[in-house]
Amino acid sequence: MIRLEGLCRDFQVGDQVVHALDHLDLEMNSGEYVSIMGPSGSGKSTLLNMLGLLDSPSAGNYWLDDISTATMNDDELAAIRQKKIGFVFQSFHLVPRMSAFENVELPMVLAGLPPRERREKVATALGRVSLSGRVEHRPDQLSGGERQRVAMARAIVMKPTILLADEPTGNLDSRSGREIVETMEELNRQGLMLVIVTHDPAIGGRARRQIRMEDGRIVSDES
Amino acid sequence: MRIVDCNRIAFGAVTRYPLRTSMMLLATSIGVGSVLLLTALGESARGYVSAQFQSLGTNLIIVFPGKSETSGVSPGVMTGTTERELTLDDARALARSSAIKLFAPVIVGSMPVSRGGLERDTTVIGTTQQFAEIRQWEMALGKFLPNVDIDRASPVCVIGSLIRRELFRDEPPIGKWLRLGNRRCRITGVLSEQGTSIMVDVDEVVIVPVSYAQMLFDVSGLFRIIIQATEGDTMDRARADVIRIIKERHYGEEDITAITQDAVLSTFDGIFQTLTKALAGIASISLIVAGVLIMNVMLVAVSQRTREVGLLKALGATRRQIIALFLTEAAFLAVFGGVVGLGFGYLVTSSLRAFFPEYIFMPPVWAAAGAFGVALCCGLFFGIWPARKAAALDPIMALAGRQS
Repeated sequence: MIRLEGLCRDFQVGDQVVHALDHLDLEMNSGEYVSIMGPSGSGKSTLLNMLGLLDSPSAGNYWLDDISTATMNDDELAAIRQKKIGFVFQSFHLVPRMSAFENVELPMVLAGLPPRERREKVATALGRVSLSGRVEHRPDQLSGGERQRVAMARAIVMKPTILLADEPTGNLDSRSGREIVETMEELNRQGLMLVIVTHDPAIGGRARRQIRMEDGRIVSDES
Repeated sequence: MRIVDCNRIAFGAVTRYPLRTSMMLLATSIGVGSVLLLTALGESARGYVSAQFQSLGTNLIIVFPGKSETSGVSPGVMTGTTERELTLDDARALARSSAIKLFAPVIVGSMPVSRGGLERDTTVIGTTQQFAEIRQWEMALGKFLPNVDIDRASPVCVIGSLIRRELFRDEPPIGKWLRLGNRRCRITGVLSEQGTSIMVDVDEVVIVPVSYAQMLFDVSGLFRIIIQATEGDTMDRARADVIRIIKERHYGEEDITAITQDAVLSTFDGIFQTLTKALAGIASISLIVAGVLIMNVMLVAVSQRTREVGLLKALGATRRQIIALFLTEAAFLAVFGGVVGLGFGYLVTSSLRAFFPEYIFMPPVWAAAGAFGVALCCGLFFGIWPARKAAALDPIMALAGRQS
């Protein structure tokens, strides 16, 4: 469960202060399916980074599962990301020299899990994103859709409670984009909280809860 | 993160960029290789010199006139007096010491030798029969000097193999007359080939009885007395005896110097060891240069893989893990370079050994281990900054491919 209270994020651009997030209050429950939409510069990506603990607020508070994240140091935040949060990026962010298998394995390698356990979990995760054949292929040998499936498998392999997707279909054709979203929705049905940032209304419109942002504020929040 | 996995990921990164990696290997291996080569050179010089000294014989003490002062100026220099000469009687008196097994007075000079129409300048050594025993010389033909009283100036000589070849060609030289300056002596023997020993080419000498040499050069004093101590721990006693006996004969004045072979040997050994270490130090500079290159390469790697660092952070990598990954990569570059350098160094030294078998050309183990260690330490030390730089990247910026 996520709770934001008066969350601000200011950026210094030249001698101007830009309020990317302006006193944001927001709650999201486990298992929710939320889309965040809005024009460029509305703060939606900043919000997603904030939810993913990649960024820290200038002011305000963020409770994740009723734990305040304000006083945590980098390594504590990293530990929470590792356990609870999965990321899917627009540009996939696969490590080019590693095979699909190794890419999916990476979070578990960082967590220090033994190889046998890793193999099983990689197989399960790849199965859940409907990619089981091409595990020994490197990213440059895979199609865009396949790459994003690998990235999704990597995001869910540690069994997180939250899946954060930043324009997950931005680099894909519409058919594979739709398939990716359908796969994520399937994961959501299995209990994973899904937050998608997009400016594609066709994608954002599928979510049960739709948030619109402008100038760092939430202008509409419909379920 | 497990150590195995850290190594695997870093190894993957190292092998992913073969050109970069091979350049690094080249730089580091040149460093390690040059340490090996230069120390092998120093060691072989040391080995060569000590072999030369050992070829003189064993348990030797060399006595020469004059006291070499280790500090200050000897009184003789101030007053203008010369030291007393070493005489044949001094040498003969040494027979009293039980610690002395053999002794040979030596006079050395240069003189034209001729036979028929052939003439050349050569080194003439005046000594006694025991000299051949001390130096462990073997005869190719005939006999060495006769074992007679030191004072007897028999006109006989022994010649080196080169003198024989040049003056006699294929004729048998034994019993022939050889002209030395304006005197003549009969050849009793030819030395077998000995080669050069301490700057003197033994194949080019003519050896005559010491008293004959005194007449030849018109001198009374000796150039050296070469002494061989009896077997066992008698070197120091023999040296003390020499000094005591000659001091007595010189009216209580210690005006000779007696040096033991061991002392000379250890002095040279020390000099060459210092030299070898200095060479190793100089060669290590190239290892530090290689270290700087590793730093450069790792900085490039960090900027090339900024997105990857961002991803690792998003996946929950701690700062220490990112530092560990990049440091391991730097260490791999250094270790591989070190291994290649060791191989290269041993290859070159062993082929040098094949071409110049008279030299030792063996890099000392401490140099190999040291060079490898310094290479690894340089890799790690110069890898720290790039690794810390990677670990300090902001994850959002890094994911966008920007460093700041």
